[in-house]
Order: sequence, then C-alpha cells, then structure tokens
Amino acid sequence: MAIASFADKGADLELVGITKRFPGFTAIEALDLSIPAGSFFALLGPSGCGKTTTLRLVAGLEEPTAGRILIGGKDVTSTKPFQRPVNTVFQSYALFPHMTILENVAFGLRRRKVGDPVAKAHEALRLVELDHLAARRPAQLSGGQQQRVALARAIVNRPALLLLDEPLGALDLKLRRQMQLELKTIQTEVGLTFLHVTHDQEEAMTMADTVAVMNKGRIEQMGAPEELYELPRTAFVANFLGQSNLFTGQVTGSSADAIVVDVAGVPITVPRTRAKRHAGEVTIGVRPEKVSLLTEAPAPDSARNVLGPGRVTDVSFSGVSTQYLVQVPGVGELTVFAQNMVFGPVVHEGAEVWISWNADHGFGLEDDPADGPRFAPDDSTESIAVQRRIALEEELEQA
Amino acid sequence: MAFTAFSSQAVVEQAPRKRSVIALVLLLPGILYLVLFFLAPLISLIITSFQQPVLDGDIGEYTAGFQWQNYADAMAEYWPLVLRAFGYALIATVLALVISYPIAYFIGVKARRWPLLQSLMLTLVIAPFFISFLLRTLAWKQIMSDEGPIVVFLKSIAVLPSDGHLTGTAFSVIFGLTYNFIPFMTLPLYATLERLDTRYIEAGADLYASPWTTFRKITIPLSMPGIVSGTLLTFIPAAGDYINASRDFLGSSSTAMVGNAIEANFLVLQNYPIAAALSIVLMAVILIIVGIYVRRSGTEDLI
Repeated sequence: MAIASFADKGADLELVGITKRFPGFTAIEALDLSIPAGSFFALLGPSGCGKTTTLRLVAGLEEPTAGRILIGGKDVTSTKPFQRPVNTVFQSYALFPHMTILENVAFGLRRRKVGDPVAKAHEALRLVELDHLAARRPAQLSGGQQQRVALARAIVNRPALLLLDEPLGALDLKLRRQMQLELKTIQTEVGLTFLHVTHDQEEAMTMADTVAVMNKGRIEQMGAPEELYELPRTAFVANFLGQSNLFTGQVTGSSADAIVVDVAGVPITVPRTRAKRHAGEVTIGVRPEKVSLLTEAPAPDSARNVLGPGRVTDVSFSGVSTQYLVQVPGVGELTVFAQNMVFGPVVHEGAEVWISWNADHGFGLEDDPADGPRFAPDDSTESIAVQRRIALEEELEQA
Repeated sequence: MAFTAFSSQAVVEQAPRKRSVIALVLLLPGILYLVLFFLAPLISLIITSFQQPVLDGDIGEYTAGFQWQNYADAMAEYWPLVLRAFGYALIATVLALVISYPIAYFIGVKARRWPLLQSLMLTLVIAPFFISFLLRTLAWKQIMSDEGPIVVFLKSIAVLPSDGHLTGTAFSVIFGLTYNFIPFMTLPLYATLERLDTRYIEAGADLYASPWTTFRKITIPLSMPGIVSGTLLTFIPAAGDYINASRDFLGSSSTAMVGNAIEANFLVLQNYPIAAALSIVLMAVILIIVGIYVRRSGTEDLI
C-alpha cells in the first residue's frame, strides 16, 4: 500500500496539465496547480466551474482525461482512492448511517490497521468537542455536529492532504463562522495541507492562505486573499470576489508611474504598477468602498479621479454601510459603498452627485476588453423601472 | 420491531390521537379479509389437528377431540421431511441470494444512468411470471430428463455416472426452488439497492477501504433491509413448497419435503389430523426461525 503510516505533516499537491472531459462537456481544461505543504488553499468559483471535479480528481473519485496528479512528489494519477494519502470531508458528510459516531471515526484507522483505533477516534472526537456523543448514530446528530464528525473522521487519519468539499454549505451563518474558526485552528494545530472548495468568497478569503478563483474549468487568478481583492486581474475575479465598478476606454496618456484612460470623455488615472495593460483599449476598475459620493462638483485634483454628475437611482441600507447606485450618463451604473458614519443616508434617490476616488486605488485588468463583456446593457427590468420612475417624478415636478 | 424489515422507513409517524371513524372504515376490509381467510381457517386447522378417528368409521372420518398424540405421530413419521424442507429451503435461499444480489446491484446501482435499461432488466426479472410456474417447472423436468441435453453432456464428461439421473435428486429440487424464487429475492434487493446512496461507497474508498471491504462493511449492511425481506420472501414459501419436490415435477420419494407429506395426508391418505398437525408445526417453526433471524439481522438500526 502506498500509505502505511500517519503523515507527520502535510504534503504538497501538484496538478500538471489536468484535463477532465465528461460526455458532452469539458469540466477542466489543462489545469496546472501547485499547493505548498501545510497551506490552507481555497478553490473558489461559481457552481459548475469545475472546482468539485478538481477535488474529486485529487481524491481519486474521478479519473483525469489527461494530466498528472502528484501528492508529496509521488505520482498518484493511476492509483485508486483507497490507496491515496488523502481524506475528504464531503459536502453531504456521508457519515455511515449504520455505524456509531465512534465507529465512523475509527473506520479509516481500522482499514489501515493502525494500533488502538478506538482511543485515537475518541481523541479526534474530543478535538471537535463531540466525544460525549460517540455512542450515537449519525441520524441522531444535528447538521453542525455531523459536519464536525465528518471532519474528525477525516483528520483522525492524519492525511497528507485534507480535501474539504463545501463542508459548511448546509450550516447557518453563526455555526458557519464558528466552524470556519475551528477549521482554521485545527489546520494550524495539526499542520495538514487543506484544499478547500467553496463558492463562498467570504469563507475563502477569511480562511485560506491562498485563494484560486476558478471559472469555466480554468484558474483565473491565484494569490493571497488581499492581493486578489486589491488587484483583480480579470473582470470575472473583479466581480466574483466582491463587487467592482469597471470602465472601458482607450489609453490616451502614459507617464512613468501612471496611465490615463479616456472613459466617456473623462480622463481617469490608474497607477502603472496596478494596471496590467498599458496601451490600446483597456478595462479599469475601482472597488465600491473606495469611492466617495460628493453632492457638488469637486475642485480639480490630479490625485483624484472624478466622474459625474450622475443621479442616484437606488439607496439600500445594510447596517454597516449603505449602497448607492449612481447612473452616470455615458458610463453606466456605478456602485458606491459608504460607511454609515452619520445617521441615515447622506443622499436620497434622484439626487445629483459626483463620485470620486483616489487615483492610487484604481486597477487595470489583464482582460482584453474586446473578449469580455463591456458594461452590462442597461435593459434589466429593474433599471428600466427606476428610469421610468425618475422620468415620472421629473414630469410631476415640472407640472 | 421485526416487521420493519419490510418497510422502507422504520421511522414511525406520529399517529393522530383523535379516534377516527374513517380510520376504522379504511381498516374494515383488511380486518374482514384477515378474519375470513386467515383467522377462521387457522382456527379450523388447529381444531382439525386435534381430531380423533371415528370408531368403526370410514377412512377420512374424524370427530372433534383433543388428541395431542397427532403431533407426536406426525413428527415421529415425518421429521426427516421437516428437516429436509428447511434444509432445502435454506440452501435455495442462499443460492437465490448469491445469484440475485449481483443482478439487483447491477439494475439498482450500475444501471442508474440508463433508466430504460433498468426498466428493461426489471421486466426480464419478472418475465417468467407471465408463464405458469407449473409449466416452467415441467419444462425444467424435460430439460433435466435422462434423455435431455444436460444429462447427456454430464455423462459424456463423466461428471454423472452412466446410470445417474438429475430429476428426482436433491440437486434438481433445490435447483427448482432456487429458480422459482429468484424474482422474489431480486425485487426487494433491487428496491433497497436502488436507493443506496453511492456517496457512502465513495466515502468508504476515501477512508482506505478496498472495494471488497467497502462492499462488506458498507454496501451489505446498508442493503440489509432488502436482504432480509428477500430471504424471507424466498425462505418461507420455499420451506412449504410441494411442487418442486413432487414426484410429478423435479422430485422423487427420496426428496419429499414436509409440503409433500401435508399434501399426501390431506388429499391421498385423508389423514386430516396429521396433515393439519404438520401444517401447524411448519408454521410454528417458520415463525420461530423468522423471529430469530429478523432480530439477529439488526435491521432496526437502519434508518
């Protein structure tokens, strides 16, 4: 057997040119991925992006059409799942219903003929604070408890690599937060390599050291969570990881440390180091919370970019901040998050506003604007309704 | 409880507390049916089993009595047939299980992606029912007859001695029982395996269990309800069967089972008390065996 003993620390995982085709569609296309030992790696993407397939390939539950999988430097591509030093926390938990919690946890140990499986299973259950339920059956436990048992059942084996398939998906928000912290603590304590698959960007960002954003079977961008958020390279990442205001325009000027992009006639400055493309037509963007809302035209300032005037089309209060939608003619709809420093919204729907942001906060995407979507056309029923209402109100005011 | 083995879910719904007339009306046909066609004949059978012969009466003339002796006589004369019946039924049940499990697993698990193939195969499993069970058993008698191809072939390769037979042997009776009850085994097995969550199998493989270990430790325990109901549906009728073991079909006098003794006593010897006593014994033994079996199989644990 490939694995005879406990892994004393996590192993690194390497995927080389992995392609997986199912009849009728390609789930993963020429994927290269390298996860260093001992890291908490999150694979983030919308459903159907191939992230779960990637996980199943690593676990050995699917066979790649092409490519190689290496765990700790050893090629495991052609080995069966039970021969791989990998354990999975399944999305459905998949706890064996006919066994007690204790027997579920001891299952892997017994299969590998590890000495004293019962004591080790109890120890793992203590780690997830469920030892007092060892004699129960899975059906007698709540969802959160089952999730912790599934986790104990996997980590008790000390796999070189632990795979987590959206294990927190079924939990409510509070329990989710708690489990996220617990998972992170366990990972740090045990020092295993975690590969976590999720569609929850917040979960990925709070837990992982490295996040890879996956879309349509490809990794769009990979890096530390802050890096991904601050400098998204593609429109997909910019919009999947948080929200972004994106603009497309021609580069009209360029200096040693900045480029100037013409957006609907307004020059917008982006730092050269934060932009991936420096000439031709480019897409640039700024995060909504970096933007401030002004009720009158600001004095020209070379350090700030200004767009406007625009009209506020929607105000939604969300506790910590308020989200404003601002329609700027020629540019489209922009999103602004404003911290609620004062009581109530600063401006109301229909107000005329300018928006401005520090030129250092902009970013330029790697995408060729010709490939990706430009501004989403303003023909959603919601925006049509808002426009109608504004038009009506104006009419009434004039009357 | 014992009979949850037959239901798909052991979780008992909270019964409505209110005394309902509708519930009684709904139950009435079932209760009437059971009283008329089970309880009344059973009581009549028990009474018959204690009857004594009429002095100077004709053959087959009996009067009410309380003759325990009937049971002792029946057992003294027919105990080898009772043993044989349970032995044959047990072997046939095990064989039917071994043959049916792969079929049911294929239809219920492997063929899930092709519903058309699934229904086609299920139809094939029950297709033999379209032809009378007597006809099919007679057909096997022909096939296994001394001039039939099987015997000729077995003799030619010296597996069977030149004066050997297949019909009338324990082999042909057990074969007939197995063949006739395979659909009763396959269908409940299919019903359980069709619902088997293959994610448990993946989890087993993920936890270092080889395919064989996963099968033993996960698939078999999870399909226990199907195994229990399939074996019961095979074992109970097989133990009382008298067609396969009958001289007119696949058996001979040396393969007679308790069913043949009951038939002979009722219809030929007209020794009704002995026949009734044998029937009661058969029923009691089956009840005891089934009770122990269901208790031991531990299906109550399955949700």
